[in-house]
This record gives sequence, C-alpha cells and structure tokens, in this order.
Amino acid sequence: MNFAVPTELETEIDELITHYPQKRSASLMALHALQGHFGWISREAIEWIAQKLELLPINIYELVTFYPMFRTNPVGKYQIKVCRTLSCALGGSYKLHEYLCQKLGLDSNAQSLQTTKDGKFSVEFVECLASCGTAPVMMCNDDFYEGVTAPKADEILTKCK
Amino acid sequence: MPQEHRLILKYADQPGYTPDIDCYLRHGGYEMLKKALALQSKDLPGGKKMSAQEQVRDEVMKSGLRGRGGAGFSCGLKWSFVDRKSGKPVYLICNADESEPGTFKDRQIIQKDPHQLIEGMILSCWANDVKLAYIYIRGEFAQGAKILNRALGEAREKNFLGKNILGTGYDLDLWVHRGAGAYICGEETGLIESLEGKRAYPRIKPPYFPAVLGLYLCPTIVNNVETLCAVKHIVAMGGAEYARLGTPNNTGTRIVSVSGHVKKPGYYEVEVGKVTLGELINDPAFGGGLRDGRTLKAVIPGGSSAKVFKAGEKFKLKRKGADGQMTAVEVDLLDLPYDFDSLAQAGSMSGSGAIIVMDDSTDIIEALSNIAEFYAHESCGQCTPCREGSLWMAKALHRLTHGHGRKQDADYLLNIAQNIQGRTICAFGEACAWPVLSFVKKFKDEFENRGATDEAKRTAKGTGPMQEMRPIARSAALR
Repeated sequence: MNFAVPTELETEIDELITHYPQKRSASLMALHALQGHFGWISREAIEWIAQKLELLPINIYELVTFYPMFRTNPVGKYQIKVCRTLSCALGGSYKLHEYLCQKLGLDSNAQSLQTTKDGKFSVEFVECLASCGTAPVMMCNDDFYEGVTAPKADEILTKCK
Repeated sequence: MPQEHRLILKYADQPGYTPDIDCYLRHGGYEMLKKALALQSKDLPGGKKMSAQEQVRDEVMKSGLRGRGGAGFSCGLKWSFVDRKSGKPVYLICNADESEPGTFKDRQIIQKDPHQLIEGMILSCWANDVKLAYIYIRGEFAQGAKILNRALGEAREKNFLGKNILGTGYDLDLWVHRGAGAYICGEETGLIESLEGKRAYPRIKPPYFPAVLGLYLCPTIVNNVETLCAVKHIVAMGGAEYARLGTPNNTGTRIVSVSGHVKKPGYYEVEVGKVTLGELINDPAFGGGLRDGRTLKAVIPGGSSAKVFKAGEKFKLKRKGADGQMTAVEVDLLDLPYDFDSLAQAGSMSGSGAIIVMDDSTDIIEALSNIAEFYAHESCGQCTPCREGSLWMAKALHRLTHGHGRKQDADYLLNIAQNIQGRTICAFGEACAWPVLSFVKKFKDEFENRGATDEAKRTAKGTGPMQEMRPIARSAALR
C-alpha cells in the first residue's frame, strides 16, 4: 500500500510542531491533520507520525484507540454524528437518528458507526456536542446543525453531493 | 423583575456584531490590555513595591471570581498557588473542552466573541508572567477552532500577541490545541496529559497540583473560557466593583445554560445569586416555563454530574439574620438562589451552570440510563472502581429500561455508586456516582416498581430471572 503525505500537509504538520516545547505534544494535532486528509488513520499514518515526532508507533496507536474522534477504518465521505446525551434525547435525537438511518438504509437500532454500501454516508451516535439548548443537534463532517427536524435533515443530506 | 445582566455576552448577540478584530476594536477591544500594560508599580506603606502584574492579580483576588468551569474554586487563590520561585516557565491553558452535558455557554463566546477570550487570556498571562499559553478546545468544535485561529492571526498582526507586545518587551505565544472527543480532557490534569500528547489519564494529587507540577511538570494555570473573559471585566471595573455584582461570596455574572423541557431553552447571563432556579426555569425572561399542560418532575441544576432535584423538594439553608446570627431557613426548590453556595447547601451544585429540566412526561429511569451510558462511555479506564462501576451501572439501567429489571436493582445501583465515589484519582468518580445516587434515592419507588413489574412478567411467562442480554434498541420512552 502506498502511503505518501503531500508536501503541503507535511509543511503544515512541521509548523504545528513548532507550537510546542516538546514534539510529542503535537501528536493530536498531527493526527487531526492526517485524518482530515485521508479520512482515517492507517497503520502507515501511525508509523509516519511516530517517526516524525521521534516516538514509538505504540505512543500514537494508544491515542488513536483512546480518543473517540480518530478512526482506524475508512468511513463515509460524509460523517454524520447525532448527539445522544440527555438534553438532546429529551429533544428528540433518537427520532432523528432513526429517521436518518431509515432514510439511508441503515439499522436504526445500532448506536455505533455504520456506513452506507456506497461509502457516501456514515451515521453514528456521539456523546454531548455542547449545544443542548437547540436540541436535537448533529454534525456532518465539520459542519454543525441545530434543531434538526426531519425536513432539515433532508436538506442537509441533499447538500451532500 | 429578574433580568439578564450581560457583561461577557454584552455584544455577542447584537445584530451586526462579527467575530473579526475590527469589530472588536470598534467596541473598545484590547483597551483593557493597553490599560494593564500601562500600569506602573505602586508604592506600598513600609517601602515595599507592588508590581503592575501583582496589582492585576490583587484585583482578581478582590473580585471574588470563582471558576466557571464546574468546581467554582476561587480564581485569585488558584493564581496565588502558582509556584513563581521554581525558575521554571509558567504556562496558562484555557479549558475550552466544554463537554459537561447540558452546558453550551463557552461555545457562544468562542464563536461570537473570540477576541474577548483572547484579550482575557493575554491579560491573565501577562499578570502571571506566562510566555506560552494554549487554548485546549474540544475536537468537535471544529468551527470554533477555525474562528479562534483566525482571531489569533489577527491579534498577532496587530502585535497584541507575539514578540514585544505593543512595545512593552513582553512576549507571548498563544496556540489552539484540539482535543479529540474525550470528556475526561475537561479534568484539568487529564487535559494537561492530553496536551502533552498522551492519553488523558488524570494525575494524582498530591503531588501533581497544576500550580506546581502541571504541563511538562512546570507551574500551570488552567482556567475556563468564561473565567478568563471575566478577568477582562475585572481589569475594566476593578475587583471591588466587580464584587458588587452578584451576591457575597458568589460574585459577578455567570452564563447559565437552560435546556430540556422548557419553552425557551437558551443561555442567560445573570448576576450570580440574584435569580432563583425557579425564575430561570419559569420566567418569560429566561426558560419561559414548561411546555403547556406539563408539570415539573425533576431538575438537574449544574450539568449531568450534579445531583438531581425532585419537584417539590424543600431545603434548609443557612442564612444570616438581621442580628448577624446564622439561622436555618426553609426554602422551596424553585426559590433556591442560583449560586454556588445555596445549591451546595441544598446537596447539589451549580457546576458548569447548566440546568436540565424534565417534565412529567419523562421516564426518570430512561433519563438516568442515558446519563449512565454517557459516563460508561467516557470513563478513561484508569481507576478500577470507575471503569468497572460506570459500566455495571449502565448495564443495570439498560436492563431496567428493557424489561429485564429486578426488584433489587435499585439497591444494587446505590451500592455500586457508593463504592465509586471517593475511590478514584479524579472527580469523575463522583460525577458518575452522584446522578445514580440522587436519582435512585429520590425516585426509589419508580425504580423498585419497574424491577418488580419486570420480575412479575417473567414469572408469569415462566422465563426465569434473567435472560441473555443482546443489544437492543432503546425503548420509546425518551423519544
């Protein structure tokens, strides 16, 4: 498998490393940068970061498995995260999750990440997204949506080309 | 009439107010930084001198400002613990890992008025001789991180940050560091581990008090977003004047997040202790009351880790009488002043200032199950009582919400929770035990009835006490 980090991305990561007195501190930011580019964190990516930061691969791997935002497998092009914690649950997030799953042909009983067969969408429940006053809320990649009703969910899905 | 008192959010929601530096400067931005940087050292009686930085720290102490992140610890005291004689650099970290369920105030500041946070941080860094600082922002706030990075770039361009700030010789670097979805990073020592590029395992105290052995084992200050913003206003008004806002020992303003079953969920900045819990829920200026035809069942007053209040509860609060003597006064739940001390006396806490309202349509067991699942997911796994206990509680509640309950589950839950609290490295142990202890104790009949009903159904069907559990969809009760 070919693994190549584009020059601009490497420059960006090199710059991030300068923000810290110790290189190891840059590992989360480097993981974000690589995941932003590749969509997930492969073994090769882990080894690349470890080398870059003069660490052992396990030092990076243990972060990938600890922090919920990092993925060890490819996910959909559009990653939908629905908040499931109390205020959103009181405000209808289970209904929203069910609606999205049905619409995309996924199992609405599953809470963990599922991806559509064409690889376009992933849907999962996540913990509190800190916008409890506008429940239910969801994210689609980096974009954040509040008060998501069924028509609004349709609108968001249509925007995903 | 109770009203909002907007100090930190003064401009945030005004039409036309944008997060760029030009707009901030038009609204008096960075004037407090200039004011502080121009301060001269002051002569004290006895020939001693008080440096400009010490004066700012003194104002923060006089202001009585208490941390807005959750613990409500005095900001001035926290700063006074910093080991300034170690010869090591002092670091400052802004805790923008807003993750406590129910809380959504820091998000407003970051997105709408990022420069106010940056000015508050520069002031706090300058007052504490900090040369390098970070904003630790939760990973999900991707937009917030972008806004902050843009704002930091603008501030560097105008020389409010970087080398030789405004010609004073003071250097400060300030960077955004993104978390990656772990609630435990909000715990300050976990946050520090995470910023060092490790798993966010909280450190044991003693010896790892951040003020002495923090980031890279150097003295470190960790303050919440709202706390750092308040510093700017303390510099503007003076500590004594700031302390006139709010109530004694509960000074200033605070942004309260109201969510759940109210007509007008939202964030409201109020003088601490000048507004009651009931007003925040029912007043048209705030939550606007419950949905039509509904009555109150329960309130979580300070984020999901706080102990729940049951509708109709009464509390004995200590109040100072006219003669200066402390007397116990009976106060109804809805008449509790919303401040640190009153809620603590009532057996809960104002925590991160997040009120979650539940009306009579709420299945209280489902609600607790939801919270327990959160903690089971978020336990970092370092301490056994929390790692195992949080999961056991979530499983028992899963049973109870899926027809597999037992009559003894209520006591079983209490037993686990009692064995978690006080037995862990960080406060997460209490955070996951308190909701279970309070929900089960205050609504015990509901938990026992549910278990008994499930048992009776199983006996009628002859299916024995327990069946193998498989992951099934949650019941419809919370939908």
